[in-house]
Amino acid sequence: MAEGSRDHGGAGTTTDPEEDSPNMIVYRKIEDIVTRIQDEKAGGVAIRTVKSFLSKIPSVVSGADIVQWLMKNLSAEDPAEAIHLGSLIAAHGYIFPISDHVLTLKDDGTLYRFQSPYFWPSNCWEPENTDYAIYLCKRTMQNKARLELADYEAENLARLQRAFARKWEFIFMQAEAQVKIDRKKDKAERKILDSQERAFWDVHRPVPGCVNTTEMDIRKCRREKNPHRVKKSVYGVPDEGQSQPSPVHSSSQPTRKPTKEDVQKEISFLNIQLDRHCMKVSKVADSLMSYTEQFMDYDPFVSATEPTNPWISDDASFWDVEASRDPSQQRVKKWGFSLEEALKDPAGRDQFLKFLESEFSSENLRFWLAVQDLKRRPLQDVSARAQEIWTEFLAEGAPSSINLDSHSYERTSQNLKDPGRYSYEDAQEHIFKLMKSDSYARFLRSNIYQDLLLARKKFLSQQDDYWHSTTLKHLLSIHGYQIIKALDLSAMCPRLIARFLLLHYDLLSAKHKVEPRLMLYV
Amino acid sequence: MCKHYLYSILCISTSLCFKPFRCRSLPAQRKYMRSPPIPEMATQEVQLSETLAHLKTESDTLKGKLEEERAKLHDVELHQVAEKVEGLGQFVMKTRRTLKGHGNKVLCMDWCKDKRRIVSSSQDGKVIVWDAFTTNKEHAVTMPCTWVMACAYAPSGCAVACGGLDNKCSVYPLSLDKNENLAAKKKSVAMHTNYLSACSFTNSDMQVRLSRMGEDTCSSFVTALHHFFDLTELFKVFRHVLHDFMSLQGCDKKANVWDMRSGQCIQSFETHESDINSVRYYPSGDAFASGSDDATCRLYDLRADREVAIYSKESIIFGVSSVDFSLSGRLLFGGYNDYTINVWDVLKGTRVSILFGHENRVSTLRVSPDGTAFCTGSWDHTLRTWA
Repeated sequence: MAEGSRDHGGAGTTTDPEEDSPNMIVYRKIEDIVTRIQDEKAGGVAIRTVKSFLSKIPSVVSGADIVQWLMKNLSAEDPAEAIHLGSLIAAHGYIFPISDHVLTLKDDGTLYRFQSPYFWPSNCWEPENTDYAIYLCKRTMQNKARLELADYEAENLARLQRAFARKWEFIFMQAEAQVKIDRKKDKAERKILDSQERAFWDVHRPVPGCVNTTEMDIRKCRREKNPHRVKKSVYGVPDEGQSQPSPVHSSSQPTRKPTKEDVQKEISFLNIQLDRHCMKVSKVADSLMSYTEQFMDYDPFVSATEPTNPWISDDASFWDVEASRDPSQQRVKKWGFSLEEALKDPAGRDQFLKFLESEFSSENLRFWLAVQDLKRRPLQDVSARAQEIWTEFLAEGAPSSINLDSHSYERTSQNLKDPGRYSYEDAQEHIFKLMKSDSYARFLRSNIYQDLLLARKKFLSQQDDYWHSTTLKHLLSIHGYQIIKALDLSAMCPRLIARFLLLHYDLLSAKHKVEPRLMLYV
Repeated sequence: MCKHYLYSILCISTSLCFKPFRCRSLPAQRKYMRSPPIPEMATQEVQLSETLAHLKTESDTLKGKLEEERAKLHDVELHQVAEKVEGLGQFVMKTRRTLKGHGNKVLCMDWCKDKRRIVSSSQDGKVIVWDAFTTNKEHAVTMPCTWVMACAYAPSGCAVACGGLDNKCSVYPLSLDKNENLAAKKKSVAMHTNYLSACSFTNSDMQVRLSRMGEDTCSSFVTALHHFFDLTELFKVFRHVLHDFMSLQGCDKKANVWDMRSGQCIQSFETHESDINSVRYYPSGDAFASGSDDATCRLYDLRADREVAIYSKESIIFGVSSVDFSLSGRLLFGGYNDYTINVWDVLKGTRVSILFGHENRVSTLRVSPDGTAFCTGSWDHTLRTWA
């Protein structure tokens, strides 16, 4: 069995082609943490022998001590984070509770032990079922209550006995041999080694319902240079070559050395980078900050939405409001941030178009929209559509001729010799800049926009009239004059009325059978 | 540009003037070797390898020069400038919906433009369309292979695309008729060499952008839903699209920005210490964030052409699988392999919140189109919506 509980056995010293696999990176970090925890002189936890009833429990640490250490040394802000991290370290097999198969960390007096480096996951163990069978078999041979098999282990053993029926004698013999080796060891040492071995199997054959932390993301498996390498056995059983190769997609191309062309490409790329004009970080930071500032009011995670966030309140009216043709004041305000924002919103696009039509200068926007649409067409429609756009906007005597500078005009007509989705890219950019500097600014000052921005008041006053005229009278006729007696309704604003009605919803609905829909309207 | 060419030409001409073995920059060991007689063929080989060496030196010099130039612009740190920004208050974010129904690890998910429907794919080979608000499953398709690693919702909401180890991208139209056999209506786009690792729709239902694993380049296949031909065009394209023509790609430790129109890589960033698993544009499009196996998220700005922030903590040691921004760009959500979600203040660089709930790795994370919630998929077979 395992030789030496403290020495560094196994692979990982000479050539390790998997050193950069994501699991390995995490293992190394955990190993660093675990080494530090055990280093008492450098502020680690005290590993001691605890007396319990008639026996002594060697080499243990309490869960609370580990949590304390993690909080102090890894700047974990609160115990929950430290416990979570500790549980993960346990789940990966680096620490384990001495009397439980489930590998989690508890912030109390539960006792934990550190795993032997021989059994560390970074040694790339992928133990076969034969090894597991030997282990379970060995356990049944040891007549100790604390080593009795758990239910799931007994089930596993039964399954393995059926699967390895022919080999069972061999497995039995191996198990006996292991038991003999174990008996020779010192009692305390055996306790420790037994627990470490059990913890090893808890990682590789976890309790049903527990996460198997040895699983790897299949997308990363391609890194393995030798996915079908011979797996070493925990108990020194020679591999009979019956193991199935794991279904891994090995990369088709081995990494090749850079050629002259590669380096030349690199050089031209670097030259382009050197010629690029870049901004200072201070300017960039200011830009990021102002963008974020501007949109924070629209960010549901930062500012409360009106009506409430549907995911929190379970009420989907927020989405209904957003989809309505009548844009809210806040939404209209957003159009004023930039032309991009105005065009992103379909309502904004419509209003801008309306404004331009009133000025008889809508051809620019219509051209821009047509080109956007062109980019979404299925390929067979592209050249026909491109031609249509040319005829409509750019040709001699076009009905909606746009004002393009000669350079872009030349480029575009060249592009159209072989029409594609991006043939109008230059022209579109030019027109966009034109709209941005000219018509967009005027749009923001226009009545159409300003009315919408302040439209709430108009909309509300409309509501006032409506309430006073129809609905309210109707409601009152149903519910009688109790309400009128209580309030002077004609003087109240609709919102207050609404709130009042809501408050008395139960009473009203019970007594007068008010339709729920009406209440929601409120 | 010209002067560099001249330099290369100069090198070649000087090497021709002298006997090859003298031109070689002799490393220390060579001193003790007697120069053997050199036949014609070897001479040419030696010349080729020398120009390669020269080119490499040139490349290295340029790299050094570039670093110097960029360092001059690094006058301040983002979090220093952001000190004057108001701090964010305490957040109460929790799971609002849990979607159960997958039989194995959830690998990918995407939101529909209607802000409440999502599509998710899993290792059990199932692709499910949910109304996340009501938690009802609306469609379920079984793919012929397991490990469906990528899925995306069409902008119109009428179709979903998915693919994985079967080396294909399949597009399924969604119909309201539950009895209709969706699998029969799918259109497939075959990819010859390797498996599909990500896909997304461009602005229209007509184009699907895909990326293959194992290669630096990815392909875009246009599939027309209304017609029966699948493959109609090939671009060199990538994982995510914000603008019509620019795209981001995370490839090993590098993050690249590509111009789709020319098929060229226009910017490249390499500061991560390990594989990049996820890249996402900042809402304004001027910057992007990346999440990597080195347990950090980083913010890169395209205008400054450098990394401007790192989001990491000593207590976070597991890799990031997926990142996304909130609507304003103030918050960055990261799904980690330690089953948690960390929420970062993008400007100040601090962690705002840590969210527990999943019982296994978070494999995918996306913020909803209107920013009201974000959804995570995990190896624990479930999806959760948080707000």
